[in-house]
Amino acid sequence: MIDRLPQFRLRGLVFLAIVVFSVPLFISNPFHYGLATQIALIAGAVVGLNLLVGFAGQISLGHAGFFGLGAYFSAIMTSTYGWSAIPALVVGAIAVAIVAWVVGRPILRLKGHYLSMATLAVGFIIAIILNNERETTGGPDGMPVPPFDVFGWELSPFGQYSLFGLDISGDLAWYLFAGIVLLVAVWLAQNLIDSPIGRALRSVHGSEVAASVVGVNTAKYKSLVFVISAVYASVMGALYGHFQGFITPSVASFDFSILLITMVVLGGMGSTIGVIIGAVVLELLPQVLADFQEMEMVLFGLILMLTMIFMPKGLLPTAASFLAKRRSKSAGGDA
Amino acid sequence: MTALVEVNNLSKAFGGVHAVEDVSFSVDAGQVYSVIGPNGAGKTTLFNLITGLYVPTGGEVKLNGESIAKLEPNQLAERGMCRTFQQMQICMNMTAIENVMLGRHLTLKSSLLTTLFRLPALTRGEKAAREKSAELMAFVGCGEYLDTEASAMSYGALKRLEIARALAAEPKVVLLDEPAAGLNAVETAALEDLIRKIAEQGITVMLVEHDMKLVMGISDRLLVLNYGRVLAEGTPEQIRENPDVIAAYLGG
Ligand SMILES: Nc1ncnc2c1ncn2[C@@H]1O[C@H](COP(=O)(O)OP(=O)(O)OP(=O)(O)O)[C@@H](O)[C@H]1O
Ligand SMILES: [Mg+2]
Repeated sequence: MIDRLPQFRLRGLVFLAIVVFSVPLFISNPFHYGLATQIALIAGAVVGLNLLVGFAGQISLGHAGFFGLGAYFSAIMTSTYGWSAIPALVVGAIAVAIVAWVVGRPILRLKGHYLSMATLAVGFIIAIILNNERETTGGPDGMPVPPFDVFGWELSPFGQYSLFGLDISGDLAWYLFAGIVLLVAVWLAQNLIDSPIGRALRSVHGSEVAASVVGVNTAKYKSLVFVISAVYASVMGALYGHFQGFITPSVASFDFSILLITMVVLGGMGSTIGVIIGAVVLELLPQVLADFQEMEMVLFGLILMLTMIFMPKGLLPTAASFLAKRRSKSAGGDA
Repeated sequence: MTALVEVNNLSKAFGGVHAVEDVSFSVDAGQVYSVIGPNGAGKTTLFNLITGLYVPTGGEVKLNGESIAKLEPNQLAERGMCRTFQQMQICMNMTAIENVMLGRHLTLKSSLLTTLFRLPALTRGEKAAREKSAELMAFVGCGEYLDTEASAMSYGALKRLEIARALAAEPKVVLLDEPAAGLNAVETAALEDLIRKIAEQGITVMLVEHDMKLVMGISDRLLVLNYGRVLAEGTPEQIRENPDVIAAYLGG
């Protein structure tokens, strides 16, 4: 056992791949594909946020700000300046990384409520800028975003494509693309977690003094994970904009930041698959409870509160430990 | 020869409490050096000052002749200093062996790209770190816990795990703050054995401990603190015969 590295991470990834690729067997209408695509992209951002919140134990109540920055950067570069989508996405991610690093250095020295307030402020400032810069962003009315393109080849939800001789509708193509992006996002996150850098990140959560006395520069790692999670949000935001074809500053709103955090907390901080489940549940809930539209924020706030009180570890870890207990109980009964 | 750890007129006050006052002593490489004294004497505060967790209100600490005044704990780790804590500091969000592998942090330099794409260099480093960590866990006597979640381990096993983590950093000097606290007689005997073995490897050990039998048996020199001040300093024989110590501490 010593000579083999444990490979728990792969199980989650394989499970997720199976789910992602079997979804098209159960749905076919464009609305459902649209919803599934949106869930996959938001889940990708949540996986990134979980690196910061679940693994490194820091908080960001302004993460939608980075999602919005990525979305708007790509939108503006592709529509106003005629860039291709991929360079826009990459340069946007680099720009967001720089912003996150510059604001992260000072605010990550703060702890608890102070850090919450500071990140909240970062999100607000970004949202205000997007609202006010009417000339470039279209202000509160939003702006159209050209379809995603690769070397002149466009991916649009309304297109028709053929892959290996199979006819594929635009919505399905977008869904598969978003699903693969999510799988890559999860694979990268899991690689990160299960590495020396990942241990350093988790030790910042587990015991900051223990980390520092074995040589971990905790300030550096907090900044690093803040930047990485911001880049996740930026990339997913950019793709989200291209997919929707139109964005408004709501992508950077406080409400959306809270939704992202609620997904992490509900699904299970520090569980990559768990937080994806959190994203799925909280994206589907408003669909099921369409009548509650007005009450959405109240509902999410309630879920956040109830989870923290009754299920602080979140859905998946709680279920897992429940099952483990049942199993060990029945194993004990056999003995 | 310069001392490995040199403490000059070190003081630390918390408001009106003089937790450590005008303390001076030096530790040579290879020694087992113990700090004893009644509860609240300032032993932990002294360790926190030496390891850079507290900023002194006066005096200085030198590691290998270099003042540590401007150094963070992680920079002291780079210079070969590591420690354990009286209030155990274990990452409960990790497995046992991951805690020890965390101790290998400074020897495991991997770039972000190597990490994200899990390139072969990373896997090689991880395997080596895992083997080394498993060895250390066996060495301190918690080898059976490898992939156990730290949160599921007993108090005694966690105390040993913390020592394994400190050793994983390959320190020149390791500071152990009350490693025997809460251990039973058998575990304490095993701990004494372990500290001897650590010292035999050439690692300098600084020890805070209340267990007199343990301390007198393994220390080369001792420092006795009382109300933050040095009451006595010397070999175990000298300390045992020191009238001040007998009056204030051992006798009391
Ligand atoms: N962070 C702190 N803030 C305020 N006072 C402190 C702090 N740390 C220690 N003290 C005080 O300094 C004094 C020395 O405490 P310290 O923990 O160093 O003693 P100790 O010798 O380690 O005791 P013990 O044997 O109980 O561990 C005590 O009076 C304690 O209350
Ligand atoms: Mg103490």
